[in-house]
Amino acid sequence: MGRPTAVSRVRGVIGAIVLIAILAVVLYPLIWLLGGSFKSPTEVVSNMSLLPTEPTLGNYPDGWSYIQGVPFGTFFVNSMVISLLSVVANGVSCLVTAYAFARLRFFGRKVFFALMIGTLLLPGHVLIIPQYVMFNEFGWVDTPLPLVIPKLLATEAFFVFLMVQFMRGIPRELDDAAKIDGCDPYRTFRHVILPLSRPALITTAIFSFIWTWNDFFTQLVYLPSVEKYTVPIALRLFIDSSGQTSLGPMMAMSVLALMPVFLFFLAFQRFLVEGINTSGLKG
Amino acid sequence: MSNVISEPASPAATPTRGSPPSPKRRAGQSPGRRQEGRAGLLFLSPWLLGLIGITAFPMLFSLFLSFTNYDVLSSWEFLEFVGFDNYRKIFTTDPIFWKSVRVTLTFGLIAVPLKLAASLGVALLLNKARRGVGLYRSMFYLPSLLGGSVALALVWLAMFNGDGAFNDFLALFGIEGKSWINEPDWALATLIVLSVWQFGAPMVIFLAGLKQVPTELYEAASVDGASKLRQFFHVTLPMLSPVIFFNLVLETIHGFQGFTAAFVISNGTGGPVYATKLYTLLIYDKGFTDFQMGYASALAWIFLAVIGLITVVFFSTGRFWVHYSDGEK
Repeated sequence: MGRPTAVSRVRGVIGAIVLIAILAVVLYPLIWLLGGSFKSPTEVVSNMSLLPTEPTLGNYPDGWSYIQGVPFGTFFVNSMVISLLSVVANGVSCLVTAYAFARLRFFGRKVFFALMIGTLLLPGHVLIIPQYVMFNEFGWVDTPLPLVIPKLLATEAFFVFLMVQFMRGIPRELDDAAKIDGCDPYRTFRHVILPLSRPALITTAIFSFIWTWNDFFTQLVYLPSVEKYTVPIALRLFIDSSGQTSLGPMMAMSVLALMPVFLFFLAFQRFLVEGINTSGLKG
Repeated sequence: MSNVISEPASPAATPTRGSPPSPKRRAGQSPGRRQEGRAGLLFLSPWLLGLIGITAFPMLFSLFLSFTNYDVLSSWEFLEFVGFDNYRKIFTTDPIFWKSVRVTLTFGLIAVPLKLAASLGVALLLNKARRGVGLYRSMFYLPSLLGGSVALALVWLAMFNGDGAFNDFLALFGIEGKSWINEPDWALATLIVLSVWQFGAPMVIFLAGLKQVPTELYEAASVDGASKLRQFFHVTLPMLSPVIFFNLVLETIHGFQGFTAAFVISNGTGGPVYATKLYTLLIYDKGFTDFQMGYASALAWIFLAVIGLITVVFFSTGRFWVHYSDGEK
């Protein structure tokens, strides 16, 4: 690339300025939300600045008890239970499925793999009605079951795909060595593939959690009663009321709702970025 | 990136340490091979169950429902077979269907190219920058990660309201704002802005792709006297075309499935005057507000057909502009 000349240095500075300007625009809504959650009811509508002039914590308790009879903590517990169950369900089911696709040879493997890729492109909105009718007949509506059981059956094809991609990178010599040592496919899975798949499992776990935490559509459909609501569904109640007084509490609860995802982001940036790199996972 | 969606490597691709599998041995399967076959199906069984029970059966079921008047509320005895009535109504008398199709296509045709352009632009900038790339990359990615959450939709609602922060910002320049989300001409634009704002995920994929472009190509091009602009069009874009294709397919499908923001911002109505009635909202509305499950199933099947068609069009036209460096098409 040669020595840095004056021109290239100026170019670098301009590039950095442009990037910082874009970054400011990109992060503005999030910082504005955070600042707004500490603004008083009058300030939240009149003051557009990022930071409140007279910070108040009042929005947080107000938002927490905003919904009659159900403290916001209930929604957090509901969301947490469903998200954690989804993490386990996706992790287990997608791992064994990926092992079969990536390492084992069996009847119909190619056809099944093509079908799995096909389901990647299948929009959930097409299946929601018959699935609802089905789960309704089972008596599962208003329980976490319709949200978790499908994940236990490896229906989140993205994760299967991600793990297949990952397992293809594990040297096949390891399997062969295990075979020579007398391992059957089950022991090979347990002692070779499982320990080596940890990075893919972690990526799957993080994205499972975040997606389920952020999910709105299926939770909206399957959880009709207020005490079963998850955080996203409960947040929506804030816009049913008219009047600006609820804006502060709404922002406060939105901040809390984004918190788990944000903490994951801080802790696992590298995994998240690499996760989409290898598979094109969305946010 | 060129092989993102391809067959898993066959276990037989690498020669095993025994004798190579001869056709004769395949005919009379070895015990090991048979055991592997059994294990394969066993490991696959959760997925197979899911494929049949959660995907295939519901799909067929929904196809069946689309020819009925099923409403979930009354018992099965009242189910009536109505033939193509639902489909006929959708195409001829439904006042919102065509409107919704138009809204969805407009959203896709504007939001997806803008998002791809933004993500490619920022990726190019980041690819040049040496210092702090990791930090920038993560920061730009954050909005994508928060993605379709209700909290973000609420932020948008508050920002693009009549008395929201965006209008306060415009007031600084003496521009009089409006209640963007309540204006039929502008409501969809706010959704598009929200979608483009989440350009981080395709950007990260573009960045990975840019890293793969061999620097020799740029050196050769600059020796030949090609300007930066020419280098972009004749080196960067062709080399990046598989990644562009990948992002295009992904973002289009993602865009068609948008629901949360439109639903939350319009409070479930798809308003004002159906300006944000994305097709997914229409399906939800018919199915879960009006309980016309048969009708909604028909809508869903039209949706599936269109998405399938678009995917086929993408993949068949892709051959003409997607270049794989290893010559594979």
